[in-house]
Amino acid sequence: MPEISQDAKQRHWAKTRSLTILVLALWFIFSFIVPWFAKDLNSMTFIGFPLGYYFIVQGSLIVFVLLIFFQNWRQDAIDDEAGVGSESDQQ
Amino acid sequence: MIKGSFIENLGRVYAMYTGGFLAFVILMAILELFGVGANTIGILFVAFTVVIYAVIGWLSRTMQVEAYYVAGREVPAVYNGMATAADWMSGASFVALAGGIYFGGYGYLGFVVGWTGGYVLVNSLMAPYLRKFGCYTVPDFIGTRYGGNLARFCAIVVLVAASFTYVTAQINASGTIAARALHIPFEVGVWVGLLGILLCSMLGGMRAVTWTQVAQYIVLIIAYVVPVVWMSNVQGFGVIPHFSYGDAVQRIQELEPVVGLGTAATESFAGLRILTTPHNDPQGGLDSWKFVTLAFCMMAGTASLPHILMRYFTTPSVRAARKSVAFSLFFIFLLYFTAPALATLTKLQLLDPTLPTAIIGQSFEAVSSLPWIQNWSSVGMLALSDSNGDGILQLNEFFMRPDIVVLATPEIAGLPYVISGLVAAGGLAAAMSTADGLLLAIANALSHDLYYKIIDPKADTRHRLIVARVLLIAIGALAAFIASLKLTGILGAVAWAFCFAASGLFFPLVLGVWWKRANTQGAIAGMVCGFVAGSAYLYYVFPGGMGGTPWLGIDHLRFAIIGMPVSLVAMVVVSLMTPAPDAETQAMVDEVRVPSGKTILGAAH
Repeated sequence: MPEISQDAKQRHWAKTRSLTILVLALWFIFSFIVPWFAKDLNSMTFIGFPLGYYFIVQGSLIVFVLLIFFQNWRQDAIDDEAGVGSESDQQ
Repeated sequence: MIKGSFIENLGRVYAMYTGGFLAFVILMAILELFGVGANTIGILFVAFTVVIYAVIGWLSRTMQVEAYYVAGREVPAVYNGMATAADWMSGASFVALAGGIYFGGYGYLGFVVGWTGGYVLVNSLMAPYLRKFGCYTVPDFIGTRYGGNLARFCAIVVLVAASFTYVTAQINASGTIAARALHIPFEVGVWVGLLGILLCSMLGGMRAVTWTQVAQYIVLIIAYVVPVVWMSNVQGFGVIPHFSYGDAVQRIQELEPVVGLGTAATESFAGLRILTTPHNDPQGGLDSWKFVTLAFCMMAGTASLPHILMRYFTTPSVRAARKSVAFSLFFIFLLYFTAPALATLTKLQLLDPTLPTAIIGQSFEAVSSLPWIQNWSSVGMLALSDSNGDGILQLNEFFMRPDIVVLATPEIAGLPYVISGLVAAGGLAAAMSTADGLLLAIANALSHDLYYKIIDPKADTRHRLIVARVLLIAIGALAAFIASLKLTGILGAVAWAFCFAASGLFFPLVLGVWWKRANTQGAIAGMVCGFVAGSAYLYYVFPGGMGGTPWLGIDHLRFAIIGMPVSLVAMVVVSLMTPAPDAETQAMVDEVRVPSGKTILGAAH
């Protein structure tokens, strides 16, 4: 595996960090903000559910699953771009 | 079975296994039609599944360190996802989650959000970096990143405290199910449960646990989802109830004032409850605060519990570790988004007078002669009492143990007994798989970190693996002994395990990767202060301790809200007051952040 420059390493880490912050911000909204306002959201309905209830039994959960798949898709791209996506040699 | 070809043929092996299990269920259904008794079917379900797990455990036996501790680091992402899901979903979440939602309403749903959202933290902050590190156990990471035996030792203490409170509850659950299915006393059931658990883990360590957990996941998810979908179809709630039970939620909200929800019971039965909490009625304010604090504790705990984190050490690469977190959450999600549907539909069936299954508001005599009511009241898990003597069953006259909601649902909906047997097998799979993961996490930390790294670094492989197995049996026996004492309040122990782990380990793990300046002294301070503060607050607030008044509604289920900030502040302050870590350690942190290349710790370290 070719050695990566210190500079490339830093750029890779900066991008990783930005992606992580974005993911955690979305996580925060669906973990805490949305359930906090469940009472107000309940005045609306979504496919027959009171909206606040929908989010805490299903909506937020679906967001979490999709969020991790999204993060991995972006992170793989960041790794490949920096040339550190190789999976060999990790036994 | 050749190892290489086993990994290549995983899909075929587990497809055959799933087919075989379904064929077994159908065979049981046929036996039921021919008049074989419910008890025999229950025994066959439990015996058949446990024998299969034991066979997998025996086939996976090993004397190699790498295979014993991290399953040879060759578990593909999707299978590791299934194994993690089984590791994660305990007997309590299988049996008690739906009952909790049934009785607890909005307040309880904090667990549902917390136990799923935690995986976002695992994926973002922990799993890929710990995998790159190449450690065998969580204290292995702490000990190498921060250096010194004291840091390693503190991590071992927190790990044992968190995992041991959890494993007792799991052995308790497997004992309860074994006792009920095999018709043996609970005290014996606990030891039978332990025997099954050890059969899966002792010979092959992590490798055996991995392949049995995959098998256990398949059983438990079939056992959870099939009854709900079947019940929904029989009762006319839709083909796939998950997307159509919104109307049921609204209907329950209409019925609640009609059936007199909130009227206190005039009698009481030990361990049984009447329904008093509205299904969906968040109040905002303190209610919202209690929801988010509970969810936060469970999330941080998820990201710090060693038996979950160590599952990600078994994948072939960093990328596969991340991918397997995604699949873990997907497989967990399948159960977690089914549980609220189950709780809602079961409640509606009991409350709605227009449905044939309704019992509330019906004639007391008719209800008390229903077979499922008689079955469960005969074992003391359900009780009816016509307190006001009007001959009609009121909501405050119907008493039930919360954790029978899942087990009783098939009977309420009039499904055949084979479904109840299936549910028992699923509950046992859930309890056994979690207990296995936890026992292994404890025994591995003690054998690898305490014995090999601290006490006798010159021990040879054979010796290390024998010590690991002896510890596994000793810890399992101790946990089974404590479970057999039937100490009360053991179910609160599940939430406690999360809070212990979050208080002591969350920040030392996260900052070990994300803050280069974090040093040994800081990490020790963070672990000790967080863990001590959390435990002290637990002692202050728990009714069995000092029984103090919770501050701001922070009760014994969410004591990590006290422990975690203390841990963070102590770690940051002490780190900044003491010298920065040396250049070698800082270079190691840089290396952990690069996903490719060799692991920090070499193979068989």
